[in-house]
Amino acid sequence: MAEILEEAAIREICQAHDCNRARLLDIARAVHKKCGYISGHAMNLIADELSTHRVEVESLVSFYSFLSDKPRGRIVIRLCNDIIDQMNGAQLVGRAFSEELGIDFGRTASDGAITLEHTACIGMCDQAPAALINDVVVTNLSSDKAREIVRELRQHTDPQRLVKHLGDGNNAHELVNSMVQNNVRLPGPSIFSPVNRGEALRKALVMSPAEVIRAIKTARLRGRGGAGFPTGMKWEFARAAPGDRKFVFCNADEGEPGTFKDRAILTERADRVFAGMTIAGYAIGASEGILYLRGEYAYLRPFLEHVLQKRREDGLLGDDIFAAEREPAPPKPAGERDVHRRPGTAGRRPFSFDIRIQMGAGAYVCGEETALINSCEGMRGDPRNRPPFPAQEGFLGCPTVVNNVETLCCAAKILEEGPATFNQYGSEQSSGTKLLSISGDCRRPGIYEVSFGIELSEVLEMCGARDAIAVQVGGASGEMVAPDQYDRTICFDDLCTGGAIMVFGPGRNVLEIARSFMDFFVEESCGYCTPCRVGNVLLRERLEKILDAKGEPADLEYLEALCRTIKTGSRCGLGQTSANPVLTTLKNFRKVYEVMVQEDREGLKRSFDLQRAVAEAEELCGRESIHNHV
Amino acid sequence: MAKPKIATTSLAGCFGCHMSLLDIDERILELVELVEFDKSPVDDIKNFTGRCAIGLVEGGCCNEHNVDVLREFRRHCDILISVGDCATMGGIPALRNTVPLRECLDEAFVNGPSVHNPDGKYPDDPEIPLILDKVYPAHEVVKIDYFLPGCPPTADTLWEALVALLNDKPVELPYQLVKYD
Repeated sequence: MAEILEEAAIREICQAHDCNRARLLDIARAVHKKCGYISGHAMNLIADELSTHRVEVESLVSFYSFLSDKPRGRIVIRLCNDIIDQMNGAQLVGRAFSEELGIDFGRTASDGAITLEHTACIGMCDQAPAALINDVVVTNLSSDKAREIVRELRQHTDPQRLVKHLGDGNNAHELVNSMVQNNVRLPGPSIFSPVNRGEALRKALVMSPAEVIRAIKTARLRGRGGAGFPTGMKWEFARAAPGDRKFVFCNADEGEPGTFKDRAILTERADRVFAGMTIAGYAIGASEGILYLRGEYAYLRPFLEHVLQKRREDGLLGDDIFAAEREPAPPKPAGERDVHRRPGTAGRRPFSFDIRIQMGAGAYVCGEETALINSCEGMRGDPRNRPPFPAQEGFLGCPTVVNNVETLCCAAKILEEGPATFNQYGSEQSSGTKLLSISGDCRRPGIYEVSFGIELSEVLEMCGARDAIAVQVGGASGEMVAPDQYDRTICFDDLCTGGAIMVFGPGRNVLEIARSFMDFFVEESCGYCTPCRVGNVLLRERLEKILDAKGEPADLEYLEALCRTIKTGSRCGLGQTSANPVLTTLKNFRKVYEVMVQEDREGLKRSFDLQRAVAEAEELCGRESIHNHV
Repeated sequence: MAKPKIATTSLAGCFGCHMSLLDIDERILELVELVEFDKSPVDDIKNFTGRCAIGLVEGGCCNEHNVDVLREFRRHCDILISVGDCATMGGIPALRNTVPLRECLDEAFVNGPSVHNPDGKYPDDPEIPLILDKVYPAHEVVKIDYFLPGCPPTADTLWEALVALLNDKPVELPYQLVKYD
């Protein structure tokens, strides 16, 4: 009976998504939520409803870490194990969870209620250690809190009730209900300035699309996700690309370890992001937008849907935006103020634009724009070959602009106040401000909006980390900077970052940190191309050999050569940057490596352990190695 | 001036690389003019008689004896060369690396279709060197200076490499001699 009900429910979920193959990820998420996992039988059903092959469903399920093909607990505890969380005691917390539940990581408690797992950075480094319990974020964990959480969950099984104190700002909104703190330590003039709702969009719609793009170009806006591609140029390509159907994507798959700025933007300035998307849609001639929200930020979804709905109600989104201003307005009762009515927008053609939210399901590589597009099409988040670039051929083969959350915010701000106001901050090549998400060994972790061109030393001063021995700029794929380089500046020409600044204080080992980053890349590589899939494992192995004090000077050359191979041979940005932790520590912290490696005088390999190599045979054959008597 | 010495050995290999060395045909007369063979199956000298300029290693290490010999080569040779795919990567013998050791031994000495072993014991004569947990390529055990790929490397590859080294020239083999695709 239960099976029949479940079968009906799965078919219903598929039909609710119009049996659309491109919505497979949503369907899989829904089925997963309904059944707790996706069984082989469920896969068959989904494949049948979607007229596709089971292997397509299976391959998708196996790709995303939030989807499982084996039964799991109704409650899944995912403890973040990135380096910052580890530094803040995630191991102790993990042990407490493990002991209290009586299970190891990766296991489900014997009563089937709770599953315990590790997960990569969940964007809470400023309040680490943190964990996701289903969709609920719990922060600032300690081993005591971990034990308490398990006891409570056993009692009431409702993760939401673990939230006892609400965070600041919109975290306390009834649709967010989260203990997450924004930690915006330094609100700057652009992103976190007060929103004049509707203003940016209104000004944009008065201009022609070409003028909007020109304004973005005049402001010299470059992508804030880390790569720094000129936004105006991207929009222009998409505008010029042939096709009637175009798309605007907002990349909110903030997965780079140590980055959590988008979390705060989406919590506090969602309106500005959606305004940016709508403006981009107007500029390139798109009427559909998708916000790709990382699975870890699912707790923000109801709130974001609410903001979208409100924009629709206020005529800022949906069919014929600002329709009332385009046509002569119907007479209003005396005394009612029409806030939207301004001169200038009459006479333009109607513009419609709507946004939907696509949830991710725990895959770092989906932050890469082509992988993100694949994910939205209901496929594995494998990156695509480029060209064609998304601006030419993206989502469903249509021209697609993919912009970072912060970039779209900047775009809205530029339209709101003009390029000149935006330009007065930053430098010639890097205009405007940048959000930094600072975490690690500093007294004031959190989000800082600074002007581009700021020196790293100033940043460290600001966050209270004068004694830092190393700073990782740009997340795991960024650069590890040594103290003698703290006069370098944050900008596209020097230290380029999507926002992550991880601070490491006295006593930290940069090699251990690099190893931890390699763990991350080994886990997150999509496995499509060999340099990345195999190369990162080899890098980690050699790094471990050096950490075990078994390394030789030749290993450093090997590492460098291998890094170059991975960098140049990989297909997408993940592999092209995954070697950076090793490469930049080799460059900036050479001495740390050099004291760990040593040449054997007789040319023997220190990593080869004869005793260990014969141990098994000794046991099987019941006699000792002749070498034991030498 | 005394001729430089060369030593060769076959560890976990099949002697195919040594056969390939013999394949240099009449150039072997030239080679004897250039060098003197020390420890090697070619002249059946069992122990090093002195320091050697070049050591050629065929095969990786599958047992503790291989390790001893390889280490001895390293101690006695100025330049050590991994000859062939087994020395370089483990080669065919390394196929067992994915199989647990007990299963390997069972198949070889107990369960194999042609095995007659009523008491089911592994051979345990102390003369038989203990087998390693897996097959190691030569460079994981000692430092190796050059690698000559191929199964086996052709006679020309071996010849060109040796002549270059003996004349203090850089070993720059043409692509045709090191490509195997």
